[in-house]
This record gives sequence, structure tokens and C-alpha cells, in this order.
Amino acid sequence: MSVPRYWREIPSRYRLIGSKCVNCGKTYFPPRRVCRECGSVSLEEVKLSEQGRIITWATVYDPPRGFEKYVPYIVAIVELDDGTRIMTQITDCEPDEIHVGTRVYAVFRKIREEGESGIIYYGYKFKPLK
Amino acid sequence: MRKVAVIAIGYTKVKEHWGLSIRDLFTEAAIMALNEVTIDRVDALYVGNMSSGYCQHQEHLGALMADYIGLKSPPAVKIEAAGASGGMALREGFQAVASGLHDFVIVGGVEKMSDVLTPDITYAMAMAADQEYEAFIGVTFAALNAMIKRAYQHKFGVSDELMATLPVHCHDMASKNPYAQYPFKITVEQVLSSPFVAEPLRLLECSSPADGAAILILCPLEKAKEFTDTPIEIVGVGAATDAIALYQRDDLTTFKATIEAANIAYKMAHIKPEEVDVAEIHDSFSVTGVISLEDLGFFEKGTAAKAISEGEIAPGGKIAVNTFGGLKARGHPIGATGVYQAVEIVKQLRGEAGKNQVDNAEIGLTQNIGGVGGTVTVHIFRRVR
Repeated sequence: MSVPRYWREIPSRYRLIGSKCVNCGKTYFPPRRVCRECGSVSLEEVKLSEQGRIITWATVYDPPRGFEKYVPYIVAIVELDDGTRIMTQITDCEPDEIHVGTRVYAVFRKIREEGESGIIYYGYKFKPLK
Repeated sequence: MRKVAVIAIGYTKVKEHWGLSIRDLFTEAAIMALNEVTIDRVDALYVGNMSSGYCQHQEHLGALMADYIGLKSPPAVKIEAAGASGGMALREGFQAVASGLHDFVIVGGVEKMSDVLTPDITYAMAMAADQEYEAFIGVTFAALNAMIKRAYQHKFGVSDELMATLPVHCHDMASKNPYAQYPFKITVEQVLSSPFVAEPLRLLECSSPADGAAILILCPLEKAKEFTDTPIEIVGVGAATDAIALYQRDDLTTFKATIEAANIAYKMAHIKPEEVDVAEIHDSFSVTGVISLEDLGFFEKGTAAKAISEGEIAPGGKIAVNTFGGLKARGHPIGATGVYQAVEIVKQLRGEAGKNQVDNAEIGLTQNIGGVGGTVTVHIFRRVR
């Protein structure tokens, strides 16, 4: 991945920056320029909630290239407390510790690295609230 | 708008074709189709394909395939819509003939996945998802469908045993299909004891990488009888799109684009779901097929798996489904799948389906999904009396 392609997504991946429609209130992650609910182009940048609950999840055993050493790992759709949905890894727990509805919060983690000398990708993961 | 018919079909066996390149596969299927009819020209070529750029580092498939199948410099283009590439290529071909722009059109689909290793195939498949916010964090295509399966079972309380009945049905059908990737039967117990690919999805609930090519030749219905005694009319075409990122959908237990595409196609064909005799649906994963049977209007939400277990989609049941094995067992050469489905419906409506023939099949339907429902095409076919 080129450095600019990684760098331009940093606000969303490091700080959960999304956008909110000024007209209808719908929120998006990552930010959008056009609201798909009402068609408005008046959207403003917002910081999204750092807590939410698991809607559904899966445990990956057959990874794509670059994720081999993390197997098995958990991926989930989380609905944040402000209603925005996000795709994330669930970390620091085992699959039998979570269920539909489990409360989780955002943490900052390494996602993967690109070989010996490439970019180290960072971003959010979520972890169960104990 | 002119009426459009399929006048010829061609296809290869679905398997890992170690000895054949992507152009060899396409050419083999095209020769079979061109041997069925005598036409003196081809006006345009549409090639459905998803991953030639990644798997072969080969793009520009339209011109490449036109050249290799011996066409005289027609306009030719690759159509890409992930797993729905074949269905969208058929739609393009239909539009070209229906509009009057072209008379003789070849619609093909081809995928050659065995040129790369499994982690690369997994990576290529994830390109149908949102790269920056799904694939970036390690979500696989199977994992997305596993999340759908969990949500579906959570909402409707459908057991693992019932979810396993669709792959078992598809293998039953494929066991009588000479060009199927997996022409053998499996049991519910085998499905439930196979390893997880992405929990809760097990290996035998997932279609697997494959190579294959399929071809249709289209022309105006009014000319079709000059070339074949058994033209098959395309009477309904529908397509729709949705967010490609699964997490941006409100309801994970339905594919909105299937419902929209099907409604358009049913309306155009002036039929209701219960009038369909035979359907080829997109069972890339057990749950994908189960949801599709419901979204297409064949069964109520939450009831399709039980209906399958009661024999309702076998020949002689309420509606015959995936009579050549579907994606699970005929095989899923991604960009070719939508064209294989159409080939199979044509075989059924011609009465050439051999041991898998559905008695008096008159109306057939195909449903082809790209990604996890980001693109869906639905086509309806009718036997011409």
C-alpha cells in the first residue's frame, strides 16, 4: 500500500472520525459527502462513540494474505452508542466470551505489518467491557 | 424494445484446469457454442470476469477473447461486478440486442483461480468487500457470510442441521451432472463435522475456488427460429445495487438488492414467483442460498431451510432449485457463475437436462449475487412454443 493511501485514512482509523448529516441526523463511518438517506450534501465531521455492542461476529480460520499469524481472530459488526455501525476486530478475549449484545469499547492496536520494511498498519479494535 | 432469445450455449467442466489458461477456457466454451449455430457474424462480445487482473495480471479481456475466439474486430468489453459479473454481462448483452444496436451478441463468463495460492484467492475474493474498512482489518469474504449466518440463525432460530440441508441438496443434484466440480453426494453429518472456515460457517457450507467458462449467444427472438428449433426467450431482466460494506446495512438477514431486482424482473415477465418451474440461485454459502430462496419470494422469511429439508426444492417439489449442483457443487468460477446459471436454465427449458431434467419446465429464473449483495441480477427465461 502506498503511504498516501494509508495516511489519508488516519483520522477515521485512529480517532473514529465519521460524519453526520446536518439535515436528517444520520451518521456515517467513514465520512461521506452525500447522505444516502436524504440526499443532502450538508454533512459535518463528528467524533463517533467509543463504546457499543456486538451485532454479529465471526472467527476467521482461513485468513487473507498478511493475516496468517493472527489466526484465529474475531471480526464483528459493532453498533456504536450513537447508532453508527462499524466493522472491527474484537481483541483481548476468546470467542466463547462474547455473544450478540456484548458491550465493547475501542482500543488502539497494530492491525498488521507489510513485510520487513513496509508500513506498519495501526487502527481501532474493540474489546469487551468487563 | 425487441424480444431477445438465447440460441446457443457452451461451457467447460468446472474444476481446477491445470493445463488450461484463462484464454483457453474461454475459447473452449466459445467453440462449443459456435458449433451449435451457424451465424456469419458476431456484433459484440461481453466477458464477465472478476479477478483476471489479480490472478493473471491480465486485463483488457474483451479484446483478448474476441481475438482468440476468431471474431472479426467487434466491440468487446469485460464486465466486472464481483460474483455478479456474469449476470451483469448477460444484462449488457440483453440490452444491446433489445435496443436494436446489435443482432448477434456473445455473452461469456470466465474465471481462472487456480493460477494463485489459497491466501491470494482469499485476498482476491475480499476485493468484493470494502477494501479500506472491511478487508483492511482482516475480514474475509467467508467471514462476512459467517456474520450473516450468525445473524440469520439468531433472528429465526434455524438449527445448524437445517442450514446444512442446502449444500446436501446441491451435491445430490451435482452427483448426476458430468461437468460439476464435485459430482458426489454428502450428508448433513459430513457438513457438520467439516472444519470451520470462518465460524459459524463450515467448509462444506462454502463454495470453493474453481476454473470455468460459459457462453451464451443471443439474437432477436424474431430471427431466432432461423438458427435453432429451441430458442429460449429472456422475458425478464432485473438488477439492483446496495452498500457493498456489510456493516452499513440495517438488516443482515435479507439482501435488499435481490428483492428489488426480482420485483423488476417478475413485473417485466408478468409472472409471480410461484409460476417459476426451475431456478438457479446464488448459494455461494449455505446461508446466502437460504436467504435468496426467501428474498426471491419462494418461501417465507425464516422458513426456507425447513422447506429444503422437506424436499421442496428437489425436482417434483414446490420449485426445482440448483438442478445442476449450484455454486456449492457444480462450482463457482466467480465471473462465469451467472452465465453457467443461464446455460443451465436454457438446458432445462430445452429439455436437454438429462438426469436432472425437470418435467415440463417452461419458466426458469437465475439469481446472481456480487459481494454480499452489493450487486444482484435476476433473469427470467421462457420456453418458446
